Amino acid sequence: MASTEIARQAGEGARAVPLSGHVGFDSMPDQLVNKSVNHGFCFNILCVGETGLGKSTLMDTLFNTKFEGEPTQHNQPGVTLKSNTYELQESNVRLKLTVVNTVGFGDQINKEDSYKSIVEFIDAQFEAYLQEELKIKRTLHSYHDTRIHACLYFIAPTGHSLKSLDLVTMKKLDSKVNIIPIIAKSDAISKSELAKFKIKITSELVSNGVQIYQFPTDDESVAEINSTMNSHLPFAVVGSTEEVKIGNKMVKARQYPWGTVQVENENHCDFVKLREMLIRVNMEDLREQTHTRHYELYRRCKLEEMGFKDTDPDSKPFSLQETYEAKRNEFMGELQKKEEEMRQMFVQRVKEKEAELKEAEKELHEKFDRLKKLHQDEKKKLEEKKKSLDDELNTFKQKKTAAELLQNQAQQAGGSTTLKRDKERKN
Amino acid sequence: MRPGKRSGLRVLNGQQKNLEGYVGFANLPNQVYRKSVKRGFEFTLMVVGESGLGKSTLINSLFLTDLYSADYPGPSHRIKKTVQVEQSKVLIKEGGVHLLLTIVDTPGFGDAVDNSNCWQPVTDYIDSKFEDYLNAESRVNRRQMPDNRVHCCLYFIAPSGHGLKPLDVEFMRRLHEKVNIIPLVAKADTMTPEECQQFKKQIMKEILEHKIKIYEFPETNEVEEMKLVRKIKDHLPLAVVGSNTIIEVNGKRVRGRQYPWGVAEVENGEHCDFTILRNMLIRTHMRDLKDVTNNSHYENYRSKKLAAVTYNGVDNNKNKGQLTKTETDDGMSPLAQMEEERRDHVAKMKKMEQEMEQVFEMKVKEKLQKLRDSEAELQRRHEQMKKNLEAQHKELEEKRHQFEEEKANWETQQKILEQQKLDSRTLEKNKKKKIF
Repeated sequence: MASTEIARQAGEGARAVPLSGHVGFDSMPDQLVNKSVNHGFCFNILCVGETGLGKSTLMDTLFNTKFEGEPTQHNQPGVTLKSNTYELQESNVRLKLTVVNTVGFGDQINKEDSYKSIVEFIDAQFEAYLQEELKIKRTLHSYHDTRIHACLYFIAPTGHSLKSLDLVTMKKLDSKVNIIPIIAKSDAISKSELAKFKIKITSELVSNGVQIYQFPTDDESVAEINSTMNSHLPFAVVGSTEEVKIGNKMVKARQYPWGTVQVENENHCDFVKLREMLIRVNMEDLREQTHTRHYELYRRCKLEEMGFKDTDPDSKPFSLQETYEAKRNEFMGELQKKEEEMRQMFVQRVKEKEAELKEAEKELHEKFDRLKKLHQDEKKKLEEKKKSLDDELNTFKQKKTAAELLQNQAQQAGGSTTLKRDKERKN
Repeated sequence: MRPGKRSGLRVLNGQQKNLEGYVGFANLPNQVYRKSVKRGFEFTLMVVGESGLGKSTLINSLFLTDLYSADYPGPSHRIKKTVQVEQSKVLIKEGGVHLLLTIVDTPGFGDAVDNSNCWQPVTDYIDSKFEDYLNAESRVNRRQMPDNRVHCCLYFIAPSGHGLKPLDVEFMRRLHEKVNIIPLVAKADTMTPEECQQFKKQIMKEILEHKIKIYEFPETNEVEEMKLVRKIKDHLPLAVVGSNTIIEVNGKRVRGRQYPWGVAEVENGEHCDFTILRNMLIRTHMRDLKDVTNNSHYENYRSKKLAAVTYNGVDNNKNKGQLTKTETDDGMSPLAQMEEERRDHVAKMKKMEQEMEQVFEMKVKEKLQKLRDSEAELQRRHEQMKKNLEAQHKELEEKRHQFEEEKANWETQQKILEQQKLDSRTLEKNKKKKIF
């Protein structure tokens, strides 16, 4: 019996004991499957490619249905992502499918930032999941997972090589999402050109270090088919929702004057291979890779950015509580420091202002002291003047009284003289 | 492996899409099946009960193996002074499926004279497994985490025939929110069916009275499954018998207990509920037990633990408001909470700044006003003094003026008088001159 992960994990700590009858735990996988089917599955595809490469048509063809949406024009100012969610059912399996389309990719004159909105979108889905996972009260098992499980990268069928926009974008996305490159509208390429084209693309991807998704070969039941398919990458696809009568069957095809391209004919294109790999065989693996690889990478980077570590300098593992507590203490310390700083600043200002005002007060008093002095001086002068006036007055009075006295005397004398004179006259 | 169906596709509500033709995601369950078998399964089962209730025998019977044997004795054979919690791990394989089974037992439980707190080691053990999982889940670098949490606890009730003992009640009440409890009546072959019925009824009544939450079997829409669940519920607590020996009965080799009066067969549904237990525990509900542990018991533990962390380091006195806030906002992670606290703090600081600014401005205004007032006052006084002085000046001026006028008058008067005198003298002189 093949070794399982659990068996490896058990290692020395567990002994293997034989069973003497049928216990029944071999129903565990069925129990798990039943639960999953009851719960429903979800799958999210991102289609990246220039406008007009047939992304929407391919989705319609893959899922045998007409998803909505108008074909977009080429005059978008930037790259936006539009996502639509559909509930599909096949037999007893319910699938919540989300298709995300890049609108306006490759239409701008300057395409340097084209990849940014795509990366942001993918990161935003990771972030939403991370936030949910970090909540105190969380409901992970009923969370609608919006993380992108597969990215179909549509390569234009030039027949020569990858465009630099393609390389740049895929390089930015390969650590965030499972990239499956496909050659779109491949009915424009002849068979011989196609083989060369595929080789060129693969070698360019390798030489630029772009990690595209490899179909897993570790499970024996699917290892063979997966490794064969790996060698057919990138898949050259043709999409069509129109049906044409071939023989006595209606098949999906594109009709040209020179012949009919049948979508599901493996000689004509790799559509069937894509469907096999993407949906029938590896859908679960794509979801698992997204969760255990891409999401973990994002989470790790995000937590490290926020300052979380697994071990302290002495290599002792932190418990979650310690980490949170440490963060919290740091945080509180910061806040307190800020408060202190602000208070200090105010104290400083108050001091300065007080000093200013004191200065002003001092000046004022000095000013008025000066004025007072001036007054005093003036008053003094005034007093002096007054005094001198009084002196003059006095002198004058004295003079006057003296003069009057004299006058009186003179008058008296004069009076007697006049009397004498009068007397003399009379005589 | 199930074949993929080609057509006959139904649609669902919401964005309904009609799928015509084969897409292939009906194969998803097979993919899940494949992956799960490749990974293997794990399960941790805890058995609790006093010594001698047949716990080890039951485990051996359940898993059809000698988990407990002479080399690895069961809990009752290990005489302990205090209650220990011990685990044994075995790896069993069946039909390509690997199961890592951990049996946790509690030798010494309920055996002492004073059994107060004998559940403590058990709760500590369960909590420590939760803690391990929480820490593993919270690491920055995470790897495939082994799930060692206790998924199910089989509680053995002694077949006294009367009801639950206080220890039973206490233990179950302390653990029902940490682990899935399935109560069992041990050594059911010591009771007649009627006694057993009575006993079971009594126990279920007491369980209800004490509000003990035993494991709830999930409701489903499937009729068959519901019938099964009904049957299990009707038989709770399951009366079990275990045996390590195989006896021949009517040509069949069965596990059973040989008595002089007959053989009590373990797997006979009329003799005991063993088959019900095994089917439920292993064949139908093993997955659900794990899910309930993960989604319910573990999440409870986790949210309590993380809520405690965010309360830490926070002053209880000034935080009445904050406590209620976090209670209503517990849909957040501690980090988000810190973010919000940071925002609050920024707002608080702004407000504080504004207030301080206001106070500052006001004080400055006051001071300036005072200064201006005193300046005005001084100015006024200065003006007044000036006016005063000027008035005095004027007065003085007038006085002088008056004086000058008077003086001038008087002087002119004097002059006139003088002139008059002179004139009169001259006249007299002239007169005298004339006379002669």
